Amino acid sequence: MSTRSQVYLWAAQRLSAMVLALCVVVHLITLIYAVRGGLSAAEILGRTQGSAVWAAFYTVFVLAVAIHAPVGLRAILAETFGWRGGLLNITVAAVALLIAVLGLRAVWAVIA
Amino acid sequence: MSTLEVKVWRGGEEGEFQRFEVPRLESQTVLDVVTHIQRHLDPTLSYRFACRVGMCGSCAMVVNGRARWTCRTHVADVTDGDSLEIAPLKNLPVIKDLVTDMRDFFDKWAAAQGQFHPTTTRKDDFARVEPESPERQQVDAGIECIGCGVCYSSCDVVSWNPEYLGPAAMNRAWTLLNDVRDGANEERLAAVAGDAGCHACHTHMTCTERCPKQISPTAAIAGLKRAALKAALKGKL
Ligand code: FES
Repeated sequence: MSTRSQVYLWAAQRLSAMVLALCVVVHLITLIYAVRGGLSAAEILGRTQGSAVWAAFYTVFVLAVAIHAPVGLRAILAETFGWRGGLLNITVAAVALLIAVLGLRAVWAVIA
Repeated sequence: MSTLEVKVWRGGEEGEFQRFEVPRLESQTVLDVVTHIQRHLDPTLSYRFACRVGMCGSCAMVVNGRARWTCRTHVADVTDGDSLEIAPLKNLPVIKDLVTDMRDFFDKWAAAQGQFHPTTTRKDDFARVEPESPERQQVDAGIECIGCGVCYSSCDVVSWNPEYLGPAAMNRAWTLLNDVRDGANEERLAAVAGDAGCHACHTHMTCTERCPKQISPTAAIAGLKRAALKAALKGKL
């Protein structure tokens, strides 16, 4: 991987961290608000189904996780197990894809 | 007179601590202790020192778990009781006893483009650098490094990634990056960016905490991260 790409990965992780900081706060506040009178699927779906705002919010959230976690994982694998090069990059790219697919599928499930 | 129980690393990469009893003196430094052992108890003990006053950077060792200059460390400041453990610097191959092979450490200074690349010749007038200019201030903050290796020995990222350039080399690169007389900043940024360079720093700040000169390599590395990103966005990396 070129040096420039490595720098962009670092920048992507920094930016996604900022997005996540915001998303996690909103998510936690919503969570506390949502469970006030007990938790029910109907109540949650009532809030999310057909909502463009929640769809956009959780899509951004999922994508930020799909960027942030694999870049961090790449550093952890490299530093802990001495992994380098192509196989490492393919592995974390696969993890990124998996997080994105599973996450977006979950978003779709509560929005559609 | 009380005595100090001193455990000193003997051997190379493989080896063990050897116990010595050294008379406890007032205002005694750790280097005094090592010197006493070599002069009076075991002349085969190997260690390095030169200036004894914190100028040359050759006497750094790991004392009670922390890398320090032994010549400027008073025994009283590092031990509660009467025991000391003295080991060679970490993250560098041990040659013998308290002497490490500093080659990797200095090779990385060179790899980080730690050489000055002049843009003028001796025929030109000398450069005028305003002492108050932001660049000069950045240089001032890091220029006093004497290359003792305390930061390199203390850095977790070096221990996890042997290719990592380390705090001292990047501190040097940062002072040159801010040297308005230097003409090799593109090459320098390319040399210090990425996985083996500044972007691998975890900002643990151990280097900054342990530096005997109160330099902050962490700040230098943060500066390099920003400069490298800017260069990348401009297509210059
Ligand atoms: S002997 Fe020179 S710095 Fe300690």
